[in-house]
Amino acid sequence: MPLSYVPVFVFLLLCLLIGVLVIALSTLLARRRPTPQKLMPYECGMDPIGSARRRFSVRFFVVAILFILFDIEAVFLYPWAVIFRELGLFGLVEMAVFVGILLLGLFYVWRKGALEWQ
Amino acid sequence: MTDWGAVLLVAIKGFLALGAIMTIIAYMTLMERKVLAFIQVRKGPNRVGPWGLLQPLADGIKLLFKEEISVSGADRILYLMAPVIVTVCALLPFAVVPFGKGIVGGKFLGVPLDQWALGQGVLADINTGVLFIFAISSLGVYGVVLAGWASNSKYPLLGANRAAAQMISYELALGLSVVGVLLLSGTLSLVGIVEDQDRIWKWNCFRQPLGFLLFLIAGSAEICRTPFDFIECENELVAGYQTEYSSMKFGLFYLAEYGHLLLLSTLVTTFFLGGWQGPVLPPIVWFSGKVFAMLFFFMWVRGTYPRLRYDLLMQLGWKVILPAALFNIMITALVLTLIY
Repeated sequence: MPLSYVPVFVFLLLCLLIGVLVIALSTLLARRRPTPQKLMPYECGMDPIGSARRRFSVRFFVVAILFILFDIEAVFLYPWAVIFRELGLFGLVEMAVFVGILLLGLFYVWRKGALEWQ
Repeated sequence: MTDWGAVLLVAIKGFLALGAIMTIIAYMTLMERKVLAFIQVRKGPNRVGPWGLLQPLADGIKLLFKEEISVSGADRILYLMAPVIVTVCALLPFAVVPFGKGIVGGKFLGVPLDQWALGQGVLADINTGVLFIFAISSLGVYGVVLAGWASNSKYPLLGANRAAAQMISYELALGLSVVGVLLLSGTLSLVGIVEDQDRIWKWNCFRQPLGFLLFLIAGSAEICRTPFDFIECENELVAGYQTEYSSMKFGLFYLAEYGHLLLLSTLVTTFFLGGWQGPVLPPIVWFSGKVFAMLFFFMWVRGTYPRLRYDLLMQLGWKVILPAALFNIMITALVLTLIY
């Protein structure tokens, strides 16, 4: 029933309105006297050294990839959980195989050291 | 043939709910300061109004009039968009959280009340409620990362990287720890999950003790609460991704932070503590009582535990909570198969 999403959409508009309104209000009310020192990126009192858009550790990227894999698994688990009682024993065995394969994958990643942070 | 009367009623209901949520969030800041103060044998805010009751109002007005500093070299559009995204993603999931018992049938101003959950104690009764909540809270990560990247400053970037890795790791653990609840209730709708727990011994905290524990831990890591508040680890990162934000743009981040805490408390209540179900007292009293008990619990934890270490946090998420959540799912499924 797509129509049951209408209240969600209305609420989304209200939330957006709050966010935009608050920012607009503070822009209107706040006084601004910018100086170059004030607008400088904060680096504990020093002048900033180099660009801030620099490379970062590849670990974060690995975590993101692992997240996508396991999140898809979670998405598969949801509908299975909802109709579990109709599936009965078949559903249990089927999901045990699926989760077993994924656990195997997790232990492989674990052994490869992708979950370690030095 | 759109029914504009019903849309108007939905908008009014949403507006009232939003007002209530914002007021509660404002007073949560006072509650947290008071609770932490009493834990540390201080008095806490007590100058603005009796017991400091006007403090949140004063804070809000002060933030509105603060000078706006937008850092040089920032990506202007993303810099302004980030706090709005974070705020919307913190507030939107409240649309599907049931806060009271509904009435069946009837009309109000000529609009039938069973349309669009108007007569129910929830804004939107959609049949994918749990999925909707996790989808929206995943989107919230975008706001954090954009805030860190758009600021053109090093501390926000580092903070945003950490926050993204932490949030997506625990998003997963959080999503898996409620699957046990879904197995028991057989629905994704939060209204259905609450209706399933109609006796105290059927509350999911008794039927899913491991899931309850995992949800509490993963939840406080997901919303970056102490002992997992690495995104604003002051001694390492200044203030994390919010470092370059000032005035009400900072206020929106603050609002979203407490919005997440309130959302987590309502979700724990809904999934594991029976939502608005309870004997004698009216549903809304039970619901708010449980939510405030959970809020107090999270503040108590903040006043008690020191911060973890970042590598330990990531290992806890992937090596302990994730396998434990999968174990919980399979055990629940096995027991259910044996019973039926």
